[in-house]
Amino acid sequence: MSEQNLVGSMTAAINEAKKSAMLAIRSAADLAGLRALSADLNKKDSLLNSFKSEMGKLPSVEDKRSIGQLLNAAATEIAAALESRTREFVDSEISARIESESLDLTELLVQRRRGHSHIVTQATQRLEDVFIGLGFQIAEGPEVETDFHNFEALNMPKSHPARSEFDTMFLEYGEPNSVLLRTHTSPVQIRVMKSWKPPIYAIMPGRVFRRDTPDATHMPVFHQIEGLVIDRGITFAHLAGTIESFTKAFFGSEFTSRLRPSFFPFTEPSAEFDIRREDGEWIELGGCGMVHPNVLVSGGIDPEEFSGFAFGFGIDRMAKERHKVEDIREMYANDLRFLRQF
Amino acid sequence: MKILNSWLNEFGAFGDDNEKLAEAMTNLGLAVESTSKVGTPVKGVVVAKVLRTERHPDAEKVHRVYVDAGDGKELHVWCGAFNMKPGDLIPLATLGTVMPDGRIITPRGILGIESHGMLCSGTELGLTADSDGIMILPSGLKLGADLFDALKIASDCVFDLDVTRNRPDCNGYLGVARDLGAHLGVKVSPPQGDKAKKGPARKLKVTITDKKRCARYNMTVISGVVVGDSPSWVARRLSNSGMRPINNVVDASNLVMLELNQPTHAFDADKVNNGFKIRCARHGETLLTLDGQVRDLESGDLLICDGKDTPIGLAGVMGGASTEIGANTKTVALETAWFESSGVARTATRLGLKSEASMRFERGVDPHGIDLAVSRFAALLRESCPNLVVHSAATDVKEKTLPPKQKIVALRSSQVTRILGVKLSTKAISAMLAKIGFITKSTSSSKLSNSAILKIAVPSWRPDCETEIDIVEEIARHYGYQNLGKVVPQSTMHGRLSSIQQRRRDIRELVLSMGLSEAMPNPFLAPGDLIKSGLPEDNVIRLANPLVYEESVLRTSLRPGLLKAINFNLSHRASNILLFELGHVYPAGQQDSVEGLPAEYESLCLVGVGESSALALDWWSQISSVMGFGAQLDQAGVEPGYHPKRSAILRRGKQVLGCVGEIDPRVLAQHQINTSVACLELNLSILLAETPRVVVAKPVSRFPRSDFDLAFSVPNSQSAGSVIKALRQAGGAELVDLALFDIYRGAGLPKDSRSLTFRLCIQAADRTLTDAEVTAIRQKFLDAAAKLGARLRD
Repeated sequence: MSEQNLVGSMTAAINEAKKSAMLAIRSAADLAGLRALSADLNKKDSLLNSFKSEMGKLPSVEDKRSIGQLLNAAATEIAAALESRTREFVDSEISARIESESLDLTELLVQRRRGHSHIVTQATQRLEDVFIGLGFQIAEGPEVETDFHNFEALNMPKSHPARSEFDTMFLEYGEPNSVLLRTHTSPVQIRVMKSWKPPIYAIMPGRVFRRDTPDATHMPVFHQIEGLVIDRGITFAHLAGTIESFTKAFFGSEFTSRLRPSFFPFTEPSAEFDIRREDGEWIELGGCGMVHPNVLVSGGIDPEEFSGFAFGFGIDRMAKERHKVEDIREMYANDLRFLRQF
Repeated sequence: MKILNSWLNEFGAFGDDNEKLAEAMTNLGLAVESTSKVGTPVKGVVVAKVLRTERHPDAEKVHRVYVDAGDGKELHVWCGAFNMKPGDLIPLATLGTVMPDGRIITPRGILGIESHGMLCSGTELGLTADSDGIMILPSGLKLGADLFDALKIASDCVFDLDVTRNRPDCNGYLGVARDLGAHLGVKVSPPQGDKAKKGPARKLKVTITDKKRCARYNMTVISGVVVGDSPSWVARRLSNSGMRPINNVVDASNLVMLELNQPTHAFDADKVNNGFKIRCARHGETLLTLDGQVRDLESGDLLICDGKDTPIGLAGVMGGASTEIGANTKTVALETAWFESSGVARTATRLGLKSEASMRFERGVDPHGIDLAVSRFAALLRESCPNLVVHSAATDVKEKTLPPKQKIVALRSSQVTRILGVKLSTKAISAMLAKIGFITKSTSSSKLSNSAILKIAVPSWRPDCETEIDIVEEIARHYGYQNLGKVVPQSTMHGRLSSIQQRRRDIRELVLSMGLSEAMPNPFLAPGDLIKSGLPEDNVIRLANPLVYEESVLRTSLRPGLLKAINFNLSHRASNILLFELGHVYPAGQQDSVEGLPAEYESLCLVGVGESSALALDWWSQISSVMGFGAQLDQAGVEPGYHPKRSAILRRGKQVLGCVGEIDPRVLAQHQINTSVACLELNLSILLAETPRVVVAKPVSRFPRSDFDLAFSVPNSQSAGSVIKALRQAGGAELVDLALFDIYRGAGLPKDSRSLTFRLCIQAADRTLTDAEVTAIRQKFLDAAAKLGARLRD
């Protein structure tokens, strides 16, 4: 056989072998078949590999190179075909699995809900957060109080007529009428004055008690929040400014506030504070005023050195109005149908 | 206090811009609760005369009234009120009249019988605040005349003022007018007194034995009295002020009271024996008061007695029936006095007799306004009694205890600036105060305080103004609160939650995320509620004056309230009942060591209906990980009210943190709860006070770990907790993880034992453990377990 003929026949045989390999790859039935085929094709004595040894029979370098290139190209082509065919099988296998894994998620949506915080607690925490932002800290005190903290220290000595307005609940403890359930959060003011030193920027939320028969707007047990600021140079303008700032932070910037003269034994000058909604309606919110000098003295603070203001209002009513609860008694019935709404 | 615009205008030219007046009063601290119009003419209402009345057998609540409306014809009207008789003049709303409430009068009647109009009450016509039945008109009006023309009623505006306790002067027109006049720049004059010449001297003897309680007593004799109805303008004024017209004498007394805030009392002089004696009651005495009730008197009650020492009135509260003004009264003995306020308050409160007079004495009346009040009473009564004689030589006892005409209060101008934040000149301060009758007597300057000192004479009608700060408030009111500015103070503190408050919020968040909702049961329990919950009731704190007996015990635990809430929700068939409460409890028989108050602490209680102690333990383990510390489960002791075999006390050292487990089935039965209830109760005061530990980082081990499982058969008498404790001790620092992951009871185990399988992980921080080391540690585990009678299973 001439040299030319040898090159020609090898070329044809290689092309033939490649063609049959490609055909086998295409017609592989599954991934296992393809893997077996791949192993066959890569065996040392596979048809294509056998050409490598035959290449030695070629005399010229040029022929060796051209057949070598042809062999390499064929091997690369086969490897690529194997890989793409493998990926086809893997993809279709995953697709089939995905198809078989279909789930109805609405079946799985279990109603495991977070619990519900009481609306009075929600309101209290919102109030606390607003005042913390204004630089206040939170003070707390006992619910069972002495006559001194609840009345006397707040400029209401024993015979003071305003005492009768508080409908106090007294305890069978110690001297008659000496120990009571606090009628307002104001006794905490005295405790704060005694235990902290000025400057004081404090709010005092808590539970209070009055001997009121329950009705749609009253409960004998309810909640108040009280604010107290004592520092050097505190004026009435600071009181008005704090109320305004709170009003905007808590209710929204479209709200404004006003103070109008009123009377409380523990503050002077005293005021009621109202807030005005965007629609122009004024809503009465609470009481406030400059801390009475007698109260500062009760708290061990020199009224000539320090001045201050206090304010307070009911939390329950705020929660009641925010959620449009018709009857405040609903808020304390512990009915889950009610509690779970909020 | 109700203020009528028409009446107010008699004290000064205030005009009829009612909106402006209401705003001015509110800005002065005289809060206007409501503003209402009265006397607006209702077109179509005419004067008619009752001819006869007739019952209908089928109509029980109404009767038939036949009236003449001026044309001589008999008109038939159905009427639900029965207070008229033939001959009475009454208002008839004719067909087509539009009533103030919007109703239109139509002939629609009842039982098929038409009604030719409607008879009206004063309220229906907007003439009086409240009324019984149909308005009976004064005689002599022309039949058929327009009612509002006939009565010469002009429309008026009623301001309902909320007068605060510190403004007794504003319980009278003069006080309101004075404040308002100063504010609006309107000149105010007190009402006119009696101008007639005084009659011959007539003196009634007055003896005061309790001079502190009665510091002034004026007794004036007025004769020529003819008792009858007041003129209609008086009656209307009183009705619009919310008072009932009675007769001309009593009405004059009431008008004076409303104008000058000075109550007076008119005795029938002919029924009083030998003058007056003012003394305190003796225990056991009684008095028949004007309202027809016999009052038992106490020694603290101040009495008006006659010269023979017989009680004839409760000073400042109510007169007695024996000396009451009657139709035949000819001579009035008029008492105008100043009684000490707290004494009147005590008697009025004790007897539940709060009258317009007692309220005014309680708040305070002007001790020097008495002369004008006497004279004004005479002037008003003279309108209906032209032959009235005010006798001279009236008795007017003034005791030394009577408050002075003026009090001097020192005011530092620097204090005005310091409290109000505005700088006012002494001139401006004096001018402002002068308008309300506060006269600056002198101004001096003090170098020490760098301030001017003003000596202010406070008039006797302002008993509330006693100290410097009271004057500062007056300045603030008249300067205008809204003119004092709004400045946000720069807090010199940092706003934040304390560690306790932050930890409380963390727990709350966690409990909510575990699916529990917050309840707020009543903190007051009924006697027996604690026992029903398995808790002792000895030494509990009780309310001295509970609203109801069922709410008279302070709770010692949150459990009774939550058990009631569970019962309530079960009765409404609620499912998935998971509740918690965070609140104060008051343990029985314990005392706060500092103040001697009853002890009180914050408690947290979680309950889950239909759940076992496993859930309660899960709650505890989550809370404990948030709080940063654990507790020992002590099953030896039992907390009352818990399941004795399914609960544990949570101990941390000597402290008891709370209790975990299930509620005692006997307690559940008491509350009609037919399923188990998981419960966790914690003393938050202890839990929150713990300062959270700051964790110091340890390097993570880079060396391999070795995991293995050990299954032991453990006698039932030995708790899993004790095995865990022993394994932990045995493992030492190399034991990095331990979990009890399988519990098996059943075949293949020794009697009274169960199998506990633990997964253990050991690892050293600084080296790879050798096989020999691992084997040695494993052996330590086995030895430790063996000491507790736990044997490794094959």
